Amino acid sequence: MRLRRWAIILPLLCAFLVSCSPRSNDRPGGKHTITIAGSTSVMPFTEKLAEHFVVDHKNFIIDVQGGGSTAGIQAVINNTVDLGMSSRELKEGEKTLNTITICHDGIVVVVHPENPVTEMGLDQVRQIFSGRISNWSQLGWKNRKIDAVSREEGSGTRSAFEDLVMKGKEINDATMVQDSNGSVKEVVATDPYAIGYISMGLVDKKVKPVAIDGVSPSIKTIKSGRYKIVRPFLYITNGELEPKARQFVDYILSKEGQNILKNEGLVGFYD
Amino acid sequence: MIDRTVFKERFVKWVLVAFALSSLLFLFLIFLFILSEGLPLFLKVGVKNIIFGFKWAPTKGYFGIFPMIISSFLVTIGALVIGAPMGLSCAIYLSEYSGKKMKMFLKPALELLAGIPSVVFGFLGVIYIVPLVRNYLGGSGFSLISTSLVLGVMILPTIISISFDALVSVPKTYREGSAAMGATKWQTIYKVIIPSAKSGILASFILGMGRAIGETMAVIMIAGNALKIPGSILDPLRTLTGNIALELAYATGDHRLGLFSTGVVLMVIIMILNYIANFGIKRKIAK
Repeated sequence: MRLRRWAIILPLLCAFLVSCSPRSNDRPGGKHTITIAGSTSVMPFTEKLAEHFVVDHKNFIIDVQGGGSTAGIQAVINNTVDLGMSSRELKEGEKTLNTITICHDGIVVVVHPENPVTEMGLDQVRQIFSGRISNWSQLGWKNRKIDAVSREEGSGTRSAFEDLVMKGKEINDATMVQDSNGSVKEVVATDPYAIGYISMGLVDKKVKPVAIDGVSPSIKTIKSGRYKIVRPFLYITNGELEPKARQFVDYILSKEGQNILKNEGLVGFYD
Repeated sequence: MIDRTVFKERFVKWVLVAFALSSLLFLFLIFLFILSEGLPLFLKVGVKNIIFGFKWAPTKGYFGIFPMIISSFLVTIGALVIGAPMGLSCAIYLSEYSGKKMKMFLKPALELLAGIPSVVFGFLGVIYIVPLVRNYLGGSGFSLISTSLVLGVMILPTIISISFDALVSVPKTYREGSAAMGATKWQTIYKVIIPSAKSGILASFILGMGRAIGETMAVIMIAGNALKIPGSILDPLRTLTGNIALELAYATGDHRLGLFSTGVVLMVIIMILNYIANFGIKRKIAK
């Protein structure tokens, strides 16, 4: 008897669970869902913008997922998301997609606050990460090995750093690797002899930014084009943007949206 | 009425069988998925280029994980050097010397140690061990020795509980016989009990190794994850598990397959270790 009852209940339960899961554009109650996926560097800022956006647009649900730039671009190509996020430029073969630059982000070379070195050349940074400079005495500090910290293979920050700083040179095998901006910062903040690179939005008192070729990283120097290690934060779309997603993008490009990004340490379009 | 009882009994039995087999099914499925995802790359790039390749740059087409295999074994051996003497001493104390009260206190404490999440070990390692190594021994602190220290503590519960079981299962007559010959307690332990529990103790070491080689979270946090084979105990290193967890978030295409291949290698190593350990335990029981 009991078996038969289960025989009915179980399939029903499964059917119920399955019917709950698929994403539908229009949720009950007239809510509209925008799905966004991609770069984990852009993700926290998109989440912040979404939080502010839904305050005034109560009928929107904005679903933000990570996965990395490449995965985000792939999702746009497959039309599984409304918007993709990317922290790198499109490669050949992806050029058919449309890009919307929402802001720029500086990549900042950081050292421990006790480190007296305040300035380096871009080529010196390259030599540190490629292993040719391995001692702080070569940069005019004490005779101590440099503990360089990089990001893991596949990270958008790393690939931007490779394009903008390494320029074809390989990052040395002996370089330490951490899997997020946060842990790179943590290592540099605790190890006086460390050097790493992180997104400018995340620089705070725990680490010291290094001036590159005499230009210290700031919103001003990035805008004037003098600070060179800069990457765009992009939204990717496939063809025309549908109107509801357009509304969100317009909000980001508006003064209000750009101000939120500016407060997060990014470089927007307004002053 | 009787029919119904029989039916019920049978029903319960088959439900239990189904659940018992389902755990086997999960193992089988895991096996299948890792192999089906990991093997294609072995065919494409070549087993030799993966297992004996020195260069790991998956986005540029290099999938060598040899340095990571070596590093995994180095931390495992390091963990054993630290964990094995401590663990064995603790097991000997528990089985031969400690009174009932002490045992009642120590055993639950050890179980608690086994239950501490590895991320907590990693966190403590980063906060205390890494700066300690950096300040007193040199290097960045993210190193082979820091990782070995933390892993050595993490494998203690495994080593202690299994070698304790092995020591306790040595028949009482052995001890009595040894005492009758005029041997002291330490002589008995050293000459009689440890040799007869030898295979169980070895099995505990090998299972401890299995635990150390499979540990991930704590290792990522402390090891520094550099790709090079460490040249000294103060150099950073990357293990097989660390490689998978570190890069999985962004990996696509061949890069992702490369991580699965890392998983295949890891699985084979752990299977071999478990096989050796089980073999050791079986011999003990056969005796």
